[in-house]
Amino acid sequence: MPEPSPVPDARIAVDCHGIVKQFGEGPRALRALDNVSVAIRENEFFTLLGPSGCGKTTLLRMIAGFEYPTEGTIRLHGEDIAGLPPFKRPINTVFQSYALFPHLTVWENVAFGLQMLGWAKGKIEARVAEMLKLVHMEELAQRRTDQISGGQAQRVALARALAPAPKVLLLDEPLSALDYKLRKEMQIELKRMQSETGITFIFVTHDQEEALTMSDRIAVMSKGRVLQVGTPWDIYDKPAERFVADFIGETNFLSAAMVGIEEGVARVRLPSGIEISASLAEGYRPAGEATVVVRPEHARMVTTGGQLSGVVENIVYFGTDTHIHVKLDQGSTFMVRQQNSRSKSCGASVGDRVGIDIAPDAAQVLRD
Amino acid sequence: MASAAEIARRDEQSKTRTRWLLSLPALFIVFIAAIGPLFVMLAYSFMAKGDYGDVKPGEFSLDGWFSVLFQRDIFDDTVTLADAHLSILWRSVRLSVITTLATLALGFPTAYFIATRPRSTREVWVFLITIPFWTNLLIRTFAMQQVIRNEGVLNTLLMWLGIINEPIPIMYTDWAILFGMVYVYLPLMVLPLYASMEKLDFRLVEAGYDLYAGRLAVLRRIILPLVKPGIVAGSILVFVPSLGAYVIPRVLGGGKNLMLANLIELQFGAGRNWPLGAALSISLMLLVMVAMLVYVRNATRSGGGHG
Ligand SMILES: Nc1ncnc2c1ncn2[C@@H]1O[C@H](COP(=O)(O)OP(=O)(O)O)[C@@H](O)[C@H]1O
Ligand SMILES: [Mg+2]
Repeated sequence: MPEPSPVPDARIAVDCHGIVKQFGEGPRALRALDNVSVAIRENEFFTLLGPSGCGKTTLLRMIAGFEYPTEGTIRLHGEDIAGLPPFKRPINTVFQSYALFPHLTVWENVAFGLQMLGWAKGKIEARVAEMLKLVHMEELAQRRTDQISGGQAQRVALARALAPAPKVLLLDEPLSALDYKLRKEMQIELKRMQSETGITFIFVTHDQEEALTMSDRIAVMSKGRVLQVGTPWDIYDKPAERFVADFIGETNFLSAAMVGIEEGVARVRLPSGIEISASLAEGYRPAGEATVVVRPEHARMVTTGGQLSGVVENIVYFGTDTHIHVKLDQGSTFMVRQQNSRSKSCGASVGDRVGIDIAPDAAQVLRD
Repeated sequence: MASAAEIARRDEQSKTRTRWLLSLPALFIVFIAAIGPLFVMLAYSFMAKGDYGDVKPGEFSLDGWFSVLFQRDIFDDTVTLADAHLSILWRSVRLSVITTLATLALGFPTAYFIATRPRSTREVWVFLITIPFWTNLLIRTFAMQQVIRNEGVLNTLLMWLGIINEPIPIMYTDWAILFGMVYVYLPLMVLPLYASMEKLDFRLVEAGYDLYAGRLAVLRRIILPLVKPGIVAGSILVFVPSLGAYVIPRVLGGGKNLMLANLIELQFGAGRNWPLGAALSISLMLLVMVAMLVYVRNATRSGGGHG
């Protein structure tokens, strides 16, 4: 299956190949990263998504040069950067804690990298002014960094990292300390800055919604491994593994039997005995049994017919939509998400017998 | 009727009054133990000296203060600078400054080393640093004597290694005093340095590296400004007792290499010139205060972050 992507033959900015990172020795050794390979394209907004402790920060720190891989190579624009210390890599980081220098003002923080690069005074002043304008912090240039709010500190950290115009910007959960509304605002700001500067962003988050809304492509990680790389659309609609499907959004898992595969499309028999077509996950290994996933919004509740049937167990109202939990005749629970409309209710009440109609192309067979 | 603001203000006032009352015993002790004796010294410095030590109370004289810097020839009454006092003063200041710089140079890497160990092993290192405090200063000074005397550990080792043929005479020189003071006061530098380095957020160091600062630039632009409080505290803790050191120059410097405290002791003892001793004591105190003022003023001014 050809992978749809916004920039099909873009050049690779950062190429991590077979990265293994082991902390400690012997029986207490911990494999933080286990054979990770990702290729991040130029000018891309690339996100590492995964639960806490899956190795996102570790991978980022190796790209920045603070840690060295136990195995594997990291290339920047085709060049192996293993021998380069962090201060010689044209890569900047927005740290999770911001790590602003407390003894310097906002202005001095943003100018720091430029001074270290030996820029001329006038050039530094112009650049810092430009950066402070980009993050809307011109007025607070002379403030000390302990006199600004969390959101402002975040902007300064961003301006400081962008000022030297790095080839790659690393962002380690930069928004996780902000409250909901500010986070939403900064998500849009970050997108704007990425497209304005054209810098490759490698963004780390454990928030799947954030990843889906911001990224060009996402790498979903779990326990030190990259499970799937793809566009938000790929990751959401065509999850390759149970973990990916479960971690991103809500989903229904059905145990089905594999009937046959024809031109990359599978026929599977659902627990109800009805056969449907389903797309195959990347790297699918043929097996007799198959796990099929269907997103709740890709199924419809019907009074008669449908590929599955059961009894309504629970109805949860969410304002924009309603979640209907149906206890299938075979025992598992299936959730349907229905848009609400003003004129009518969801059309069923608890205890009703209903059918479930799965939209064509909605089913996906997982690889594990 | 009293407004809420009025009530709050009155409440604040009565609280302040209570606090003053509560601190009276402490203030009393401070006065008796610290300020009182100082006044006694101040008074003595303005009295005439007694014939066999002591002072003649009630007899005002500036001789004590005069003798701090000047001497009067006993035959023709000509006034000259007191060279002996000035050279002792100069030795005290010089050795104290060098001691402070040397302990800083040795203590900084030591404190950095400890602060970058894992949390559990840090305590062990700090514990090791404090071990010298368990023994008396005099004993530590005699220990130093065993190291640096002609037949001591250092010379024996150097001769055994064939680096020197004759022992290097260190005892009873300024070097001996310097070795002794650096050895004795080093922990006083390491501990405050460590305390401020332990608080140092090493993510800031990484942020520095990330922004193209090499090792030296990170040290100069990030670590030094952030641990400056520790440097200031350590320098004061070392400089002040160095300037007033008594035991170390007495034991290691012998009779010739006096420092200020030895000179003062001499006036109260064999010199039988209590007013001069008192004036010298107060001069020493003023010297320390001026040095502190100048130092702290400079340290805070350049600490504004515009470095
Ligand atoms: N310096 C280190 N020493 C030992 N273990 C570490 C170190 N850094 C990270 N780890 C471990 O590696 C794993 C991945 O950590 P991290 O990359 O920080 O995860 P994430 O950023 O995805 O939350 C965790 O189990 C963590 O405890
Ligand atoms: Mg992390």
